[in-house]
Amino acid sequence: MREFLLLCVIVVAGTGGELCVTRAMKQIGEVTDFRPSALIRFILKTLVVAWMWIGIAMMTIAFFALLAALSFENVSFVVPVTALSYAAGAVGAVLFLRERISFQRWIGVLIVCAGVTIVLLSKH
Amino acid sequence: MTDSPGLHFKTFLLILMIVVFAPLGNVLLGKGMKTVGPATHWALADLWSVFIRICSSGYIWLGVASLMTFFVAYMLVLTWADYSYVQPASSFSYAMVALLGYLLLGEVITPLRWLGIAMICLGVLIVGHTPPRTTAVKV
Repeated sequence: MREFLLLCVIVVAGTGGELCVTRAMKQIGEVTDFRPSALIRFILKTLVVAWMWIGIAMMTIAFFALLAALSFENVSFVVPVTALSYAAGAVGAVLFLRERISFQRWIGVLIVCAGVTIVLLSKH
Repeated sequence: MTDSPGLHFKTFLLILMIVVFAPLGNVLLGKGMKTVGPATHWALADLWSVFIRICSSGYIWLGVASLMTFFVAYMLVLTWADYSYVQPASSFSYAMVALLGYLLLGEVITPLRWLGIAMICLGVLIVGHTPPRTTAVKV
């Protein structure tokens, strides 16, 4: 139960964090100038976007949940299960970022889910 | 963008770094956390002492350094290579993490688990092999 909860937190907070950071980045816009001074201005700009901080907070939670899970579970179990973030990412991208997901990508997500199910079954 | 000489070599090198350092980082974190041990009670004082032990574990810092190396390599390669070109390569990370877990941590991986991991790699490969931008670009 504790394990299931931790895996959920890793996937949901990790993906949620990435979606928030993506949203923040889209708000800032494409980077075309890669000179150091421009990059520093870019970093400063990211720090005033609220979505960035929400994203960083969620990623931090996901990182410590990963550490907690690794304290009693095998790496070869935990890391493959976190591939579920591809499914969470696809759903989140549709709902939260209004991206269109191609049929082929959904097939890929389904295969990932099937693989994760097999890894989960391999525990017993 | 015109291809500079050595571009393919540079891309290959960075993708190799991505595929090695991300799984290595996770394996080191796993190793570190096995030494730290699980939190016995989820009380604040107990969690704090676990946090202190995490921060004083060499393996954890090596793992974090390895993950940072991966992240920098990832960002660098994305400045010239397409995401849809780089992302499928990262699907091998799932196989690599199992391999490193087996070799470095002595984890037992059953054939069923290998099958599941192989399917995850295949799925991620298919996910990555699609156009990276589907939202409209404002002109």
